[in-house]
Amino acid sequence: MAKTESTFKNMFLVLSGISLVAATTLGFVYEKTKVPIEQTNLNKKLDAIKQVVPSFTNNPTDDMFLLPTDEGDSLEIYPAKNNDEIVGYAVKTYTNKGFSGYVGLIVGFKPEGSIINIAVLQQKETPGLGTKMAEPQFKDQFNGKNPSSFAMTVKKDGGQVDAITAATISSRAFCDAIQRAYNTLQKGGLK
Amino acid sequence: MEYILIIISAIFVNNVVLAQFLGVCPFLGVSNKITTALGMTGAVTFVIVLATMVTYLIQIYVLNKLGIAFMQTITFILVIAALVQMVEIILKKVSPPLYQALGIFLPLITTNCAVLGVAILVIQKNYNLMQGVVFGAATAVGFGLALVILAGIREQMELVNIPKGMKGVPISLITAGILALAFMGFAGLV
Amino acid sequence: MNQLQNFTKGFFKENPILVLVLGTCPTLATTSSAINGIGMGLATTFVLIGSNVVISMLAKIIPDKVRIPAFIVVIASFVTIIDLLMQAYVPSLYEKLGIFIPLIVVNCIVLGRAEAFACKNTVLSSLIDGVGMGLGFAMALGILGSIRELIGSGSIFGYKFISGDGILVFILAPGAFIALGYLIALINRIRKAN
Repeated sequence: MAKTESTFKNMFLVLSGISLVAATTLGFVYEKTKVPIEQTNLNKKLDAIKQVVPSFTNNPTDDMFLLPTDEGDSLEIYPAKNNDEIVGYAVKTYTNKGFSGYVGLIVGFKPEGSIINIAVLQQKETPGLGTKMAEPQFKDQFNGKNPSSFAMTVKKDGGQVDAITAATISSRAFCDAIQRAYNTLQKGGLK
Repeated sequence: MEYILIIISAIFVNNVVLAQFLGVCPFLGVSNKITTALGMTGAVTFVIVLATMVTYLIQIYVLNKLGIAFMQTITFILVIAALVQMVEIILKKVSPPLYQALGIFLPLITTNCAVLGVAILVIQKNYNLMQGVVFGAATAVGFGLALVILAGIREQMELVNIPKGMKGVPISLITAGILALAFMGFAGLV
Repeated sequence: MNQLQNFTKGFFKENPILVLVLGTCPTLATTSSAINGIGMGLATTFVLIGSNVVISMLAKIIPDKVRIPAFIVVIASFVTIIDLLMQAYVPSLYEKLGIFIPLIVVNCIVLGRAEAFACKNTVLSSLIDGVGMGLGFAMALGILGSIRELIGSGSIFGYKFISGDGILVFILAPGAFIALGYLIALINRIRKAN
């Protein structure tokens, strides 16, 4: 077969043909992977929720509702109920003040406002430094504390939080995310 | 204030080459002379700012509207390739001296991952158009800064006796490593 | 050149990173641990095999003047496919590699092989070339990742055998440049000796 000539018609036909095939293939793969991707994200969120609130009998993702933050956006709140009695709230919160920007957390609160446990959903912090925010030595210091009486800033800034060594920015960001979750819950009238 | 933060962070703290590893190929390729380094920086700045604007508008008004955000990679790279071609043609017609200065760098830019990288980062970071453009321009300046510094050092290194195996790429990489170490000192700025 | 040589050239003689020094961006960025490096290498291998095969099949019908845009469309499609697949089935690795998955599209190795090899050779040769080059790339990434992980955090593939924190800077950006610099210098030395 001879090589196709570079006439305008040929170029147009070949490029459109390739693009069409590419777009169809991608659409097909997208449809095929859509459900698994959603499932993976959902499982990740469910696992995190299970870690941060006491055992529950309802389906928190079905009962999820949104509460507005002070910044004008809103956070997802997952109530955990044990036989219709609220045992805790898992709050999906975030901060953009991490060393590499966005950090996503799930914070579990007791109905009276103290922290039960925290799970890190998403972070891109420096490996070996900021990534230690997901380790118990750092994140478990918040467990059982109530932000109304616990100064949610690092000791360097006059607060009560032990920062990660050499990762003050990540530690500050972590506190910022928790504070946002707490403030949003309080303002929403949930105690 | 917000813009100043974006600028400082993009140039020094999260320097595109030395901290994020975008655009390392041209960083090693055209950093043997300061003049070529400056030419490359000019061309890259131009394309990054233009590409950020166009890809941002396409993402918001086409991809998101039609619900086909998964076509992002393929659309962005085609837009960038087309933009580079267009800039080349326009420059040739409108300003031959500028074309002479930047022309040879333009074809290299399509495969400069800093351009596509910035376009994707702007979307990921949820910037608005203005923030995106400022971020793009600052990133390009950071790229230029790293490039010019390395070019300056390499010009001096021509005169030094370097072990055979280390000549060329290895010594440039190690120099870049030491530069990256120095840039880490900026981390406290933000 | 027989097919065996065609396959093995990617590992040493024409190793894309260590000898040709192509695709340095993902090399430096994703080798903070051995497993990340190999994951990136395999993702790139997938794209390389796919694009090499398709381009060698289409080489005759693509007019010369639109060669590059046509190649880019093919490569970008494979990149999007691996992007979606990884998002669905290996989410934790996908998150760590982050922006460098879509950036495979501008990896000079992929376009380079399409332009230099696939569009002039048969489908079978291109397939073998893609596998060899891809695995050579993955191997180099694995080696660099192991070195950085060992010095930086005292472990390889997550198995810790030196206690303590290690020399942190090797996991950070500067360590990437320095480790790759010394690795290439070493390869240069071995090649000269041969």
